[in-house]
Amino acid sequence: MNSTTVIVGASLAGINAARTLRLQGHTGSIIVVDADSERPYDRPPLSKQMLTGEWEPEKILLPAGKEDLDLEFRLGVRAKAVDLGARQITLEGADGTVANTAFDSLVIASGASARRLPDSAGIAGVHVVRTLADSLALRAELEAGPSRVVVIGAGFIGAEVASSCRKRGIEVTLVEAMPLPLERILGAEMGRVCAQVHIENGVDLRLGTGVLQLETETVDGVEKVVGVALTDGTTVAAEIVVVGIGVTLNVDWLEGSGFTLDDGVVCDNTLLAAPGVVAAGDIARYPSARFGRMLRVEHWETAIAGGEAAARRLLAEASGETPVVFDPIPWFWSDQYDRKIQLAGRPMPTDTCVVVHGSTDEFRFVALYGDGDRLTGVLGMNRPRHVVQLRALFEEGASFSEACERAATL
Amino acid sequence: MRIVVDFDLCESNAVCMGIAPEIFEVRDDDFLYVLDENPPESMRAKMEESVQRCPKQAISIAED
Repeated sequence: MNSTTVIVGASLAGINAARTLRLQGHTGSIIVVDADSERPYDRPPLSKQMLTGEWEPEKILLPAGKEDLDLEFRLGVRAKAVDLGARQITLEGADGTVANTAFDSLVIASGASARRLPDSAGIAGVHVVRTLADSLALRAELEAGPSRVVVIGAGFIGAEVASSCRKRGIEVTLVEAMPLPLERILGAEMGRVCAQVHIENGVDLRLGTGVLQLETETVDGVEKVVGVALTDGTTVAAEIVVVGIGVTLNVDWLEGSGFTLDDGVVCDNTLLAAPGVVAAGDIARYPSARFGRMLRVEHWETAIAGGEAAARRLLAEASGETPVVFDPIPWFWSDQYDRKIQLAGRPMPTDTCVVVHGSTDEFRFVALYGDGDRLTGVLGMNRPRHVVQLRALFEEGASFSEACERAATL
Repeated sequence: MRIVVDFDLCESNAVCMGIAPEIFEVRDDDFLYVLDENPPESMRAKMEESVQRCPKQAISIAED
């Protein structure tokens, strides 16, 4: 392949696409664009080691971003539009300069941005955690030793931020609109276990309540948050509010350009979104034969695998080889307090959930999810060996009952 | 090739064990054990995959 490839997104999916293209014989120009002006970095530590102060930014730089791969980085540059017919992309530099860049092939890996509370822009003390700059800004305020942090949203980011604050000895109120944390991902039974983990670690957990409004005070012309009014009628005083209520996909630049946008960039089962255009990472929605539905997966490992697969898809298109189907087993981990939660697969919250090893009372267990006799998920808390061994059952096509039998032997 | 694990970074996610159980083993104590620090050349692709997929960037390959 000796042509120009533009990659939008220098995070995990984009940088791994670039690396794979180069190592697999792309000899042309590879331009990597990202609105973030930082060198490519890893996001999982942003809510953990970066917030606790254990790690410095240098430690989270992605190795692929430091390799000599002859990539042309355009950082702090935002994709504004793409013209598939003319094969060009419109880019806006940090200084506002807008220019078009021609491409032969395109990798869409523009990811997502943290969703914010409405009308919260410009209020001091209100944070999200998505970028390195976000994480450093929050960390600076945590270092000042606030008496209480209110975390809105008990998803994975919210839970990890709560955990990091507790490690610093800061009081935390964690607010979740749903009746249980992570219920939509892990189901009610495991949601209850996750709620208990927060409570055991001294978090003031408020479930089934939303945010009515932020309470603010203006001192010396600066509007600063002082509390959060909740829909249950209570108000929690807070010097810092962290909002972890999910993400918005960065698809604005693709609108009206001929792509199918439906909660992500709709791809085929090889991540091809249009001739010569692939998508990867948080933004890619693809049909999974394994799970029998369209999937869009926001996991770290899927971003790496997707970046690699998207690159190989372009190479296959160029060489005329048969493309490989992309259908990995989703897997992620989340570190909260001294617990490591890992999930392989993609269960529905209504699936059967059976604890097959250990006990939820000890917060050290393995649970399997099944839809009928189809294995849909393997969840572990502080049981990494079991999760990885049982994850292999997906590859073997094991049924739910076979998986339960196998788990008993581990 | 020699496998080097930075145990200060390793958090026992066991991804490497999923890729190459002949080389990496996370035991019941939740610690990672390297079963063969000098894997044969035929394992190189799996070792490189283990390096790339480690969530903590704790694995590296030394050539000596």
